[in-house]
Amino acid sequence: MENEGQEKDSEIVTEVNLKEDFQASGVADILSELDNSLIGLTPVKTRIKETASLLLVDKAREKLGLVNESPTLHMSFSGNPGTGKTTVALKMANLLFRLGYVRKGHLVTVTRDDLVGQYIGHTAPKTKEVLKKAMGGVLFIDEAYYLYRPENERDYGQEAIEILLQVMENNRDDLVVILAGYKDKMDKFFESNPGFRSRIAHHIDFPDYSNNELLEIAEVMVASMNYQFNEESKKAMAEYIKIRKKQPHFANARSIRNAIDRARLRQANRVFNNSKGPIGASFLSQIEDIDIRQSRVFSGGIDK
Amino acid sequence: MRVTQGTFSFLPDFTDQQIHEQVQYCIDNGWAVSIEYTDDPHPRNTYWEMWGHPMFDNPDAAAVVYELNECRKIYGSYYIRIIAFDSSPGWESIRLSFIVNRPSEEPGFKLSRTEVKGRNIQYSITPYSSDNPQGSRYK
Repeated sequence: MENEGQEKDSEIVTEVNLKEDFQASGVADILSELDNSLIGLTPVKTRIKETASLLLVDKAREKLGLVNESPTLHMSFSGNPGTGKTTVALKMANLLFRLGYVRKGHLVTVTRDDLVGQYIGHTAPKTKEVLKKAMGGVLFIDEAYYLYRPENERDYGQEAIEILLQVMENNRDDLVVILAGYKDKMDKFFESNPGFRSRIAHHIDFPDYSNNELLEIAEVMVASMNYQFNEESKKAMAEYIKIRKKQPHFANARSIRNAIDRARLRQANRVFNNSKGPIGASFLSQIEDIDIRQSRVFSGGIDK
Repeated sequence: MRVTQGTFSFLPDFTDQQIHEQVQYCIDNGWAVSIEYTDDPHPRNTYWEMWGHPMFDNPDAAAVVYELNECRKIYGSYYIRIIAFDSSPGWESIRLSFIVNRPSEEPGFKLSRTEVKGRNIQYSITPYSSDNPQGSRYK
């Protein structure tokens, strides 16, 4: 590795073309895909673009021999459930791969269960196994704060945290760790584990979606399943979102997905019961407002 | 006397970066890579001790280099090799095996000749290091 670096230095590189690098790396594709495929999330998109340009400039500086230490890329995504953290992590892995910061660009998603063992001596091999699997790519730890359980001092989570920190520091070139979870719990987690806070360079907050954004998401989801709304059902969906949002356990885009799944169920039932003769594709893929309005949410109940 | 076993054994010792690249080649071919160690360098000692499980599902060689360094921490004075197992039907065996760690001093082998019936000679070799019991052969 060191020899290679020296060889590159001896080549006379005096200027770089950032635009060309940008095109060649394929980062532009990912960023525009991010823009198009994800609705809302403006602050997240801005942060990712900033990070991408920083990394691109870093690479360019390296080419010119302006050596700086390899940047810390570990991140933390905080936000409510269903705000697109996993989806963005997947895009992030791809982005880092295109920029040449990880070698393979795969995403390994884990939770506490995958890292923490059940008896003494079980945790370390388990955590190491996961870390090895993630090397060359991105390790995404969902609901990371469950690793740390202050109420139980013999909890094995602490051991997993120690190994994690060690590898995050020593194998910085080999893997990128993204921690994700609810904002307030993540803050508490970082407070009690200062080692993590200092090793994570990028903290990104995922805001909740607005009602309009959720409606837009619903339309995209419906279209991707080859169904369609009409004016009335769209209105019903908008009302559904308004009411559902105020209820407990609201999980943004995930709740919308569940609502649509249930609407499809009712639609299938309705189509089956009402069909007397041959029916066409448009009838089969039409979601009527009655399919949505039958939801318990409208009568004061809760959709899980 | 430098022990030469497996692939690349007449080349100078690999750096970690070179090991990484060789291992990546194995992984990209779909072979399962594992690490083994021993303090008995006899050429007929085929089965060395396994360091952990064979690594089937690591897409990147960094995992193997990481484990190798863990192994070196404990068995830094032993022979350590990396082997790549090819499970494809028709092969089902080791594709590649190379030594990645060796003791700082290798005393070599003793050659003994035994005269048997009809003045025939039987040869056998014994590593000098195996005079000592296992675990105390190399410093």
